[in-house]
Amino acid sequence: MKTKSLLAGAALALLMSTAAHAGDVRIMWYSDGVEGDVMKDLVGRFMKENPGINVILDNVSYSVVREQLPVQLEAGNGPDIARVAQIKDNSKHWLDLRPLVKDAKYWDDNFGAQADWMRPDGSNQISGFMTQITLTGGFANKTLFDQAGVPLPGPKATWDEWAAAAKKVKESQKTPFSMAIDRSGHRLTAPLLSYGANYIGKDGKPAPLDKGAKDFLTKFVGWVGDGSFSKDVWVSAAGNTYRAAADDFINGQLPFYYSGSWQVANLATKIGNNFDWVATGSPCGPAACTGMPGGAALVAVKYTKNPKEVAALMDWLAQEKIVKEFSERTLFLPGHKGVVDKGGLDFKTDNAFAKAALTKYVEASKTTADTALKLPGWRWSDTVYAAIVTRVGQTLAGELKLEDAFTRIDADIAQKVKDSGL
Amino acid sequence: MTAPTPSPTLTERLGSLLMAPVHLLMRAIDIPLRAVQKAAGIGGMATVFLAPNMLIFGIFVLLPLVINFVYSMTGGTAFFLTERQFVGADQYARLFQCANYLDPMSCQEDAFWTAVGNTFWFVVLQVSLMILTALITALILNRDLAARSFWRAVFFFPVLLSPVVVGLIWKWILQRQGLLNFGLYQFGVEPYTWLTDRNWTFVATIGVSLWAHMGFYALILLAGLQAIPKDLYEAAEMDGTKPARVFWRITLPLLMPNLLVVVVLALIRAVQIFDEVYVLTGGGPGTSTLYLTQYIYETGFASALRNPGLAAAASILMGLVLVVLTLIQLGIGQRGEKKGKR
Repeated sequence: MKTKSLLAGAALALLMSTAAHAGDVRIMWYSDGVEGDVMKDLVGRFMKENPGINVILDNVSYSVVREQLPVQLEAGNGPDIARVAQIKDNSKHWLDLRPLVKDAKYWDDNFGAQADWMRPDGSNQISGFMTQITLTGGFANKTLFDQAGVPLPGPKATWDEWAAAAKKVKESQKTPFSMAIDRSGHRLTAPLLSYGANYIGKDGKPAPLDKGAKDFLTKFVGWVGDGSFSKDVWVSAAGNTYRAAADDFINGQLPFYYSGSWQVANLATKIGNNFDWVATGSPCGPAACTGMPGGAALVAVKYTKNPKEVAALMDWLAQEKIVKEFSERTLFLPGHKGVVDKGGLDFKTDNAFAKAALTKYVEASKTTADTALKLPGWRWSDTVYAAIVTRVGQTLAGELKLEDAFTRIDADIAQKVKDSGL
Repeated sequence: MTAPTPSPTLTERLGSLLMAPVHLLMRAIDIPLRAVQKAAGIGGMATVFLAPNMLIFGIFVLLPLVINFVYSMTGGTAFFLTERQFVGADQYARLFQCANYLDPMSCQEDAFWTAVGNTFWFVVLQVSLMILTALITALILNRDLAARSFWRAVFFFPVLLSPVVVGLIWKWILQRQGLLNFGLYQFGVEPYTWLTDRNWTFVATIGVSLWAHMGFYALILLAGLQAIPKDLYEAAEMDGTKPARVFWRITLPLLMPNLLVVVVLALIRAVQIFDEVYVLTGGGPGTSTLYLTQYIYETGFASALRNPGLAAAASILMGLVLVVLTLIQLGIGQRGEKKGKR
């Protein structure tokens, strides 16, 4: 009896030492700009209002969220809440907040447009909300264009026109490259869609690469080959590793950089008054002038030991006034319908370039193609992006011919679909 | 008549007081151990003493090995074994599905065969250069140099650095706007993209791993050199033997046991190369510095197309290569011992 009591005591002690404390909510958070500081401030205020809930904000790099979080989730672990960009792919791991939040209708009304992006197909789950809506688009170094005497191409300018103009600037200003695009399938998808690509087959599964996709990829590889587009970022890693090309633009070495709205705060902070820059929207192709929508979501993880506390925090952060404040302070486009409809966002920056850029992105979002709007909520988006980045990267490094790359991309995607058993 | 026993000094009393708990513990262990010895016999006691270590080895080495093998026989993207389906040797068949093993692009898993080829050439070149440079360094450091301790520390210092730090340092040096290009630019040389040129990047990974690990192997060889009896060199000097002959006839044969250890350790480490290269090149440009461990990591964990079963199968194959290398080392070592006894 005494031994049993001792063992029970030891087991209890072990449990107490390893289990999450009741009331603890751990958030895995990554930052592109200043949003980590803003979230820290918000979390502090939440804890003051809710003294029984202790929120731990773990600031990690984006690659940790991208590469390590999925592994933790597959093993049934992970944080209680996470800020993620691979939203749909991991949707089976998100907690259904519908029975836990105070007013599910408020969530449906204000976050309903993107709810499908973060829940398993066919469910009406409330998994979380978008901390920001993003749109891919270009940035031009206006100072370099002015110094070169090259006018900035107009709002309906094509990729070819931008490439030609940026090349003139490069030659005049002796920059290493004229254009750069992040090493990301998501980013590359925008011009592909503008050239008429459609990834989604009639059965809802990935379709083989079509003419639109092949046309732009052929152009892109050619542009990298003739030194117009930066090769560095694309060949600096193997596989589908993400690499941003922002540093070259920030350093004033790049006339044109294609990335997205989430870079605005980053560029405003790091460039300061070093040179003038503008957001350009997405250049046009034969089919559209579209950017790729997306964003980062704050989602609850279903393996949490404290679902009520998680829901309380999510309810608090999802309030209209908090979403508005977060967007204004981070310079992010909000994903809250009430905030968007009411307008009047007062972005907290003195940087005129950043304010103009945000206005430009809001304007550009009106020309987003239907094919682009479907992709964030499509289960196979990340699979297609990964295959494209991997094989295009190999092509640019001289390992594959373009035609072989197309064949490999289709084969990689088909194999992944087969592996998934769907 | 016996001499009276001297009374214990204060130190002895303090010592026995401090040792009292130890004696008590020994007595307490003595009782069950005698019972165990009675049951297992004197011969079985070795097993009893080894059991705790074997238990830890079993849990942390053998069990994961078995689980890894089981994973390699399963398919799907789920991580939990219970959610994975048994596919037999399909993952191995997929890895070996190839029209021509010398042309990775003709293989279904082209990245695997590219990684195998890259790792092979990396091992051959890096290990050869590693042994050569470590040996030369050890020979130099064994001489009566001025500030010998300082030079030993200089060569050993990189070994103390984390591989991630090593990768980052060299990335800052070699990148387009890095230190090397800055230096070259001062002399009017156009900057070069060292980390985006396939050939240079491969050379860079070898160079960086040499810089990072050479000090460790040089230290092992230095210990071997210092263990060679000085009188052998004195005798050779008295005989007027040329330095080259001294090296080939005295130094090298007597250094052979240390050299063998260095060869095997360097081989195993080279096959497992990952962290510093992952930070430095990410496996690029393309897949030119994609080595086996990175392939396994990316296939199993990092890629959006991840496949834990395929990664497990590749790691089992890599493990077999390491087992073969270790067996060769053991074989050579035993042959050397037999020769020595004769």
